[in-house]
Amino acid sequence: MTPATSTDTVQSPALPEGVQGIVSDWSSDQRAFKNVPWGKAMMWIFLLSDTFIFSSFLISYMTVRMSTTEPWPNVSEVFALTLFGRKIPLILIAIMTFVLISSSGTMAMAVKFGYEKNRRMTFILLLITAALGATFVGMQAFEWTKLIVDEGIRPWGNPLGAAQFGAAFFMITGFHGTHVSIGVIFLIIVATKVIRGDLDNERPGFLTGRKGKYEIVEIMGLYWHFVDLVWVFIFAVFYLW
Amino acid sequence: MAHAQGQQHAAQGQQHAHVEGQQHPIGIYLKIWGLLFVLSAMSYAVDYFHFQGYLRWFLIIVFMLLKAGLIVAVFMHMMWERLALMYAILVPTLLLMVLLGIGAIEADYTFFTRGIFFVKGLM
Repeated sequence: MTPATSTDTVQSPALPEGVQGIVSDWSSDQRAFKNVPWGKAMMWIFLLSDTFIFSSFLISYMTVRMSTTEPWPNVSEVFALTLFGRKIPLILIAIMTFVLISSSGTMAMAVKFGYEKNRRMTFILLLITAALGATFVGMQAFEWTKLIVDEGIRPWGNPLGAAQFGAAFFMITGFHGTHVSIGVIFLIIVATKVIRGDLDNERPGFLTGRKGKYEIVEIMGLYWHFVDLVWVFIFAVFYLW
Repeated sequence: MAHAQGQQHAAQGQQHAHVEGQQHPIGIYLKIWGLLFVLSAMSYAVDYFHFQGYLRWFLIIVFMLLKAGLIVAVFMHMMWERLALMYAILVPTLLLMVLLGIGAIEADYTFFTRGIFFVKGLM
């Protein structure tokens, strides 16, 4: 079998850099994305499309919030928690932010150890990432329960002010939470592959004939970091506005 | 065969260090992680200490963009990718500025017409 399959990275010694590099990459009558496995390029393109989906949500939220004549609920107070006998504004969201950022940190290190073929460390770090992701979803479930049951917030209205608050909140955080949940499932799948040695032994996947490679850890990582990235924007424009 | 390939890669020397994937020292990830923690804490502080008005907006957006930039550049390895990929992914997102602008204009107009409608309703 020749090593020059499409998943192999291009071996040509010197690719031009800078703007010239862009022109030559795109006009090479070959793959436009050199030195990148195609799975990774495809994940980036998927993430670009996902960026547009989340941006549509966030911009629609901006539009309804700017155009409503009703007062917007005080987000800082809605998401406050009473801890140690004191009401701390937005504390739940702050903890969720730190949990998700930590999971991004462990994911980045898992990718690093993956390329070093350190099976054990990759597995452990992937599991920690999955656990932190699951913690995040759990806290979100708690937050939703508090808002729906205790505060009576619904997608079509709420007792605190503008009806659009519920619609925007459930849509945006719901979509993000779904992404996190799917990410956790995929993290567990990738972790299983790592510890079983599928990537070292180049064992084909369940639904594909592609050989297992450590690049799938990085591709998984791209998705996971994207989930964190979206949360950065949600945190800023939804919770801090 | 995997072993043979590994040797082949090793033999090709350091100029192809990136061929086997993205390999960077662990320190950079830990530093960025710490930086993201600090930036998050600072954006939380913006709310905690009740900054208002343009200062609030400025700080929120600066911290947001810094965090997003660090995640994309380092955690997602974008700064080590070739420009062809970087531009293909990052430039289209600028289109969203147009959507943002249209949304803001539309929202202003809707708010204005609602204002007129409700005032008339009162009279």
